[in-house]
Amino acid sequence: MNIDKKITDDLVANGISFVTTVPCKQLAGVIEEIDNRDEIYHIPSNKEDEGMGLCAGAWMGGKRPAIIMQNTAIGVTINTLATLIQFYRMPLPMLISYRGELREPVACQVEMAVHTKALLTQLNIPTYHFHHQQDVEELDNILKYTFMSNKPVAILTDANFWGGYGDQ
Amino acid sequence: MIRSEILREIAPILRDQLVVCNIGIPSQELHAIDDQPSNFYMLGTMGLASSIGLGLALAQPKPVVVIDGDGSVLTNLGTLPTIANNVADNYILMIIDNGSYGSTGDQPTYTGKKTSLAGIARAAGCENVVEVQDVDTGKALQDALDSGKMTVLVVKCDSGNAKMPLITMDPVVIRDRFMTEVAR
Repeated sequence: MNIDKKITDDLVANGISFVTTVPCKQLAGVIEEIDNRDEIYHIPSNKEDEGMGLCAGAWMGGKRPAIIMQNTAIGVTINTLATLIQFYRMPLPMLISYRGELREPVACQVEMAVHTKALLTQLNIPTYHFHHQQDVEELDNILKYTFMSNKPVAILTDANFWGGYGDQ
Repeated sequence: MIRSEILREIAPILRDQLVVCNIGIPSQELHAIDDQPSNFYMLGTMGLASSIGLGLALAQPKPVVVIDGDGSVLTNLGTLPTIANNVADNYILMIIDNGSYGSTGDQPTYTGKKTSLAGIARAAGCENVVEVQDVDTGKALQDALDSGKMTVLVVKCDSGNAKMPLITMDPVVIRDRFMTEVAR
């Protein structure tokens, strides 16, 4: 299974046509796949809170958005999640690379990993954790759930899910 | 002129557009002067008006006018390269640049000192950047709308706020009536 293609296919099948990204090495493949799809307008953002603003506007304009980012961004976006996405009741699927988990080579990443789920729980954000490659089978249902509930939803994808961090 | 005087003058132009309005006193002033369902008032999240407006402009064809402030653009400077590289010709970013953080007590921002937002926007790659004085805002905004080109409009004006009531409308109501106008 090509995981990058499967994820992108699920986004497209759920009508998602506006995707903003802030890169992570683990997400490089899926970002490239999204960039190559005619069905999706890919707009890289410089910071994740900016990206959530773009998504909020696109959704009010009639498009289904998604954001792809690293878990360190939870530290950047708490105010935006609470006062924009949640306060105005907007749907936002967040595909998040969960750095600092098993098979992580960079020690500093663990420092935000230990806070990631606690912060998402504190924000009452529905959170799913993909650890094995077959966990991706749930993505389609998670996307449907996101647009049913009009909430931000987190999909944490760790290094084991991506098949290891790579050569580093 | 101060911001509220400018808003009062351009209200007849704004009335027919989708407007995304910056957090705090700017939204309170616009709401008090000429509340419209086509106005999206930000009640929180400083800095993101320009981003919300860009997402909206890219997603649908109607003109979008963002009323932003110098302090808010400074807090989200990354927005300018994103705007420059994702051209939406139905997008106008109007920055009311009074050189101060109006909603928090008029503390000075750096745009009242050495920093030029028009210069930063041009360096970011924005192609149509216009800087005007407060008295010329109405003409400059109408020109930008008529041009059909994505425009960053920097309006230099005096610092100061009008005393207006808080917006007590529920955020979901603001958002829902705005989306109804977008889809109309």
